[in-house]
Amino acid sequence: MSNDAAQGKRIPYIRLRNIKKSFGHVIALDGIDLDVYPGEVMALVGDNGAGKSTLIKIISGVLNPDEGELSLNGKTFKHLTPSRAIELGISTVYQDLALVDCLDVASNIFLGREPLKACFFVDKKRMNRESEELLRRLKVSIPSVTTPVEFLSGGQRQGVAVARSINLQGRMIIFDEPTAAMGVSESARVLELIRSLGDEGFAVLVISHNLHHVFTIADRICVIRNGRLVKDFRTENTNPDQVVGFITGSNRYSGEYTEESITAWR
Amino acid sequence: MFPKIKLLLGNIFPQLLLILVMLVMVIFLSVASPFFLTWDNFRNVFDHSSLYIIMALGMTFVISSGGVDLSVGAVAALSGVCMAVAMQSGLGVGTSILIGLAAGGLVGATNGSIISLFKINPFIVTLGFMSLARGLALIITGGIPIYGFPRAFTWWGSGHIGPLNPPMLLAAFMAVLAALVLNMSRFGYYTVALGGNEEALRRSGVSIHLYKIMVYLLCGVTAALGGLIVTARLNTAEPLAGWMLEMDSIAAVVLGGTSMKGGRGSIAGTLIACLLLGILRNGLVILSIPAYYQQLLIGMIILTAVIFAEVRSRKGLAGTHKKERSTAV
Repeated sequence: MSNDAAQGKRIPYIRLRNIKKSFGHVIALDGIDLDVYPGEVMALVGDNGAGKSTLIKIISGVLNPDEGELSLNGKTFKHLTPSRAIELGISTVYQDLALVDCLDVASNIFLGREPLKACFFVDKKRMNRESEELLRRLKVSIPSVTTPVEFLSGGQRQGVAVARSINLQGRMIIFDEPTAAMGVSESARVLELIRSLGDEGFAVLVISHNLHHVFTIADRICVIRNGRLVKDFRTENTNPDQVVGFITGSNRYSGEYTEESITAWR
Repeated sequence: MFPKIKLLLGNIFPQLLLILVMLVMVIFLSVASPFFLTWDNFRNVFDHSSLYIIMALGMTFVISSGGVDLSVGAVAALSGVCMAVAMQSGLGVGTSILIGLAAGGLVGATNGSIISLFKINPFIVTLGFMSLARGLALIITGGIPIYGFPRAFTWWGSGHIGPLNPPMLLAAFMAVLAALVLNMSRFGYYTVALGGNEEALRRSGVSIHLYKIMVYLLCGVTAALGGLIVTARLNTAEPLAGWMLEMDSIAAVVLGGTSMKGGRGSIAGTLIACLLLGILRNGLVILSIPAYYQQLLIGMIILTAVIFAEVRSRKGLAGTHKKERSTAV
């Protein structure tokens, strides 16, 4: 989706306004305004400590912001909790903390919302069947849904984590460093999966250090620096050198992020 | 192609090994003594093991969830004392038993709440409650055992149901229930997930506080059931009952193949381990080996089992799954 006119009319899935967060004396986020749209892969880039992780933790309800608000579906929230975020369709695919190693693939996909039969027993058959369908739809290849997750490769684990997010009725999916510590072909598969989620109409937010990957999948690239959103690019209007310039701060930046500057960049 | 059968075998390997060891012991003891392989003797073993089984079942849940409960022995004594005091004050047997179970559940839930809400190491919290519950039992009784209960109460320890007795049936019932709950219910899934990756469970929107508290509550109730059996069997509520029972429970659970790190629990393993330890104790008595050596031997067996399990799990990670893990995080 790169039709700018269409983009302008669309309603953002989540709208963040003036989000601020400090840890003691350290200001992690200093007034972030950000919109994430359905059907769009948005990449959030920035140096270590720029505030990317803090921001996605706020969106997924793990952290509470000191100031600012989040609006979703016309409702405005001061902060979210993990379960509230899930109810609102936001799910986060964490690189390491996502899965319970000792449980099998199907149990992980259904973790937290296992179907029951006779009001007590977990409906294992249904879990297995639906997990298989879901994984097939996402084109994630896994030997068996009854394999404990600890025996899977990084890419397969990522696939299971994505399947779980979608199974949680996620409409917005956040990826934290999805390709870190992954091989080349494995990364390619994960990137393909992320891209296809965007095409299927999910709102996708990706954090990555790998600009090559970011340019492969993202429709929009936002640069965070020192807790501020310093630049919001359409991918086709920029190049990696320019983005690096904004990440490191060697490029001049406007400082303020306003509605006008967004439209200017579109 | 994933070696599914190998995985299945690998999963139940510790239990298979325990059964094998048990068989070897049974054969050896049958040959060594004419008294061993008799119904009366086996009835004895089952009767004796039932207390350990019930207490170890609750402990299996706690250890699977990555915790430990050192207070179960003291809780057994406390709930026995509560039952006795309730009966002395004129309450019915059923009500008194319920009061005792509630006392155990309350201590367990408090354990769980402190561990979960304040994020304190379960070892320390339950160590505190071990002393606290024991202290309460001593205070309530003034240090003097309470004895002489109605027949309806002592039936729970020394009654007869055909060739069996209530503790055995209670243990069997609890074991089936525990296996169903741990392996097939949501609560069981979350118990294992708590031990495997608490943070992942939290981020799936599950209230980990609730489930942690429930795990310890369950363990408190099984400890109280143990207290019921001890008190009913001896017809005495002894404030020092259940001494070191926490260690026996933990030993049986670990011997049964439940991981001390959490994330893996086996009710069948716990059951087999309790029976194995029961047969061992019985065999040592039959062979007239002094009690001091029993302690020594049981300690050695537990250490061997734990070392064996540890070495095996490391080898497992380094060996069979290496190929699949090589690209993993």
